[in-house]
Amino acid sequence: MKNIAFFIVMLFSVMTFSQEKLEEVKVESKKKGIVKSVSKISNTSVVTSKELLKAACCNLAESFETNPTIDVNFSDALTGTKQIKMLGLTSPYILISEENIPSVRGASQAYGLSFTPGTWVESIQITKGAGSVVNGFESISGQINTELIKPMKDIPFFLNVYGATDSRFELNTHFNKRVSDYWSTSLFVHGNTRVAKNDMNDDGFLDNPLGKQINLTNRWQYTNPKSGWVTFLNLRYMKDDKQSGEIHFDPDKDKLTTNYWGSEINTERIDFSSKVGYVFKDMPFQSIGFQNAFSNHNQQSYFGLNQYDIKQQSFYSNLIFNSIIGNTMHKFTTGLNFTYDKYAEYVNLEDVSRIDNSVGAYFEYTYDDLDAFSYILGGRLDYHNRLGAFFTPRLHVKYKPWEKAAFRFSAGRGKRAANIFAENQNLFASSRVFSVLDTNGKVYGLNPEIAWNYGLSFTQSFLLFGKSADATVDFYRTDFQNQAVVDVMNSPQQVLFYDLKGKSFANSLQIDFNVELIKHLNLRTAYKYFDISTEYLSGNFQRPLQAKHRFFGNLEYETDTTKKGKQWKFDYTFNWLGKQQLPITASNPPEDRLPEFSPSFGVMNAQITRVFSSVFEVYIGGENIGNYQQNKAILGNDNPFGPNFDTSIVYAPIFGQMYYAGLRFKIK
Amino acid sequence: MKNLIIMLVVTFLGFSSQAQDKKSKYEKISIEVNGNCEQCQKRIQNAAYSVAGVKSAIWSIETHQLDLILNKEKATVEQVKKVVAKAGYDSENEKATQDSYDKLPGCCQYERK
Repeated sequence: MKNIAFFIVMLFSVMTFSQEKLEEVKVESKKKGIVKSVSKISNTSVVTSKELLKAACCNLAESFETNPTIDVNFSDALTGTKQIKMLGLTSPYILISEENIPSVRGASQAYGLSFTPGTWVESIQITKGAGSVVNGFESISGQINTELIKPMKDIPFFLNVYGATDSRFELNTHFNKRVSDYWSTSLFVHGNTRVAKNDMNDDGFLDNPLGKQINLTNRWQYTNPKSGWVTFLNLRYMKDDKQSGEIHFDPDKDKLTTNYWGSEINTERIDFSSKVGYVFKDMPFQSIGFQNAFSNHNQQSYFGLNQYDIKQQSFYSNLIFNSIIGNTMHKFTTGLNFTYDKYAEYVNLEDVSRIDNSVGAYFEYTYDDLDAFSYILGGRLDYHNRLGAFFTPRLHVKYKPWEKAAFRFSAGRGKRAANIFAENQNLFASSRVFSVLDTNGKVYGLNPEIAWNYGLSFTQSFLLFGKSADATVDFYRTDFQNQAVVDVMNSPQQVLFYDLKGKSFANSLQIDFNVELIKHLNLRTAYKYFDISTEYLSGNFQRPLQAKHRFFGNLEYETDTTKKGKQWKFDYTFNWLGKQQLPITASNPPEDRLPEFSPSFGVMNAQITRVFSSVFEVYIGGENIGNYQQNKAILGNDNPFGPNFDTSIVYAPIFGQMYYAGLRFKIK
Repeated sequence: MKNLIIMLVVTFLGFSSQAQDKKSKYEKISIEVNGNCEQCQKRIQNAAYSVAGVKSAIWSIETHQLDLILNKEKATVEQVKKVVAKAGYDSENEKATQDSYDKLPGCCQYERK
């Protein structure tokens, strides 16, 4: 608490400073936060940096809170990380890339999104449905690509300080320098920490982990418009430590003992990537690009008496050629892909290490009749040492029947090796026994996951009482041919993994309606319906911890920017979640039982930003203002080494209301 | 790190100087074409694309400039001007006939110079 008070005092002192800044006049058109592109053939929305400022905090996982396409789950007590879902499917089914290089995959699947600080991000493109074949065969429900701030466009200095009542603090500093006419470089330094132990629900366990992260990246950009060459070089180092469990747990004394239950997750990661591109002289429609990325990811962790260590060394390479056939109505992209992943993985000291590699070739044709009809037809052929040789087709079609309207259709296949332990490591923080029931497959005994995804979408912009409005209806279906089923519907003391025996599908319907109510006051609403059903050994169930009905509302208001550059911004988000299927706990003693379904509830977030000038602003906000808390966050918390202990069933916020404040300072 | 950068720079410079020596068969040309609206844009671009050898054709509603990329061995600007005029749009030296002008959609009835 003292820290927070100090922090607020600091904020105000900086504020008084800034008022003596020089006046500046600038004409800027209003930028929209989320841009639904009518020109794009795929169902893609672009989240601009403006939208990112509306989210409370602080990393990529948390930046989707104001976006209806992505559902952000509540962070569990153990990791404090928020997981995301798209079309009702969790992040392993989404291809998550950074500057078109797959980034959150394999070992980093569980926490990877929290390893990219929000201030580094320039924009995010979210594509619903199959997506392009250029970046790989793994995407099933969608693709999320993040573009970081480009050194050539960056400002010399940026500072962001953040502090919250859950005792989390963040510091972001960016430095940028133009080295020569063609070279620029940026250095991003991020640190975050949670210093105090919180136990708001008095269950003897921390509500969110203690932790610290240091994250550094150095980027170089070379752009020579005269020659047509562009190059990006990135070097990144990240170290993240988390500690959670019982309040009295002391890792030095109690690690891997039954004195107190506790957990530590320590991750260290190094990334190096390069991109070289060349646009042919006098032929802006023809270009060649070469991307290479190397990463070393090392996670050492234990959860009570369960130990889990995973190290992944990964190499990715993509050679891309873009050109046209005849004229620019017929474009194509073709190229070659190579990936290599070496996993050193130990589950309770049992060695499940493996090496994966794949090589593939792709071709994607884009037709645009310059009027109403356009489509992208893509295919790729891959050979993977565990998935075999296979073909991945993808199709996106767009038709504009009349003004300001678009029909979209997409279909595609995805295939992937499920990293069952890495993706479900939150289950280690329970007394569940892990059992893999199949032995014939090549990935932990399981066969690769294969799914088809089909989608249909209609969007229309119009004027409603003279105000601009738009409405969208999306329907997507994912059909699993095979799935690595994660079964918590059999027994509360077990988690079973096996190849899908019956049917598994995910239907999702989303209806969006957005309108500018009065000048500068925008309303964004969405209703979402999910029917995600899997045949488990014990019968047919909806996917646990997934609400069938969700409602989303966002209201934003901004005042006009004054001559001095002053402005107020207000933002309010409301999320309502219907009842969710919970993992089966009926066989537990009554005190450690949960109902079959969770109650429905709503969560509200709000933020106010005061812009003092183009270089300085402060913001305050609150998350979960209605203070909704999950009733019983940890099962068997009074006997953590007993048979009923489970921290993984999180359907609502654990930590109650949370308030935060922060500032942004720029030197332009 | 430094060595790597130097190496990369040297490779680029090598490549780019090479690229500049090669005589390109492509040519970027911009011509003024009279028109008004989105309809015109569609019609002008479609007309331009009907000429084999036109690689890219983008007409701006604001500036009335038609930016072309041509394969010089296959197409000439005159050919493009002719088909654009045939579609009803005037450019320098190449006027549409009164007949094809009259057939233009209502919003495309631009003021003739």
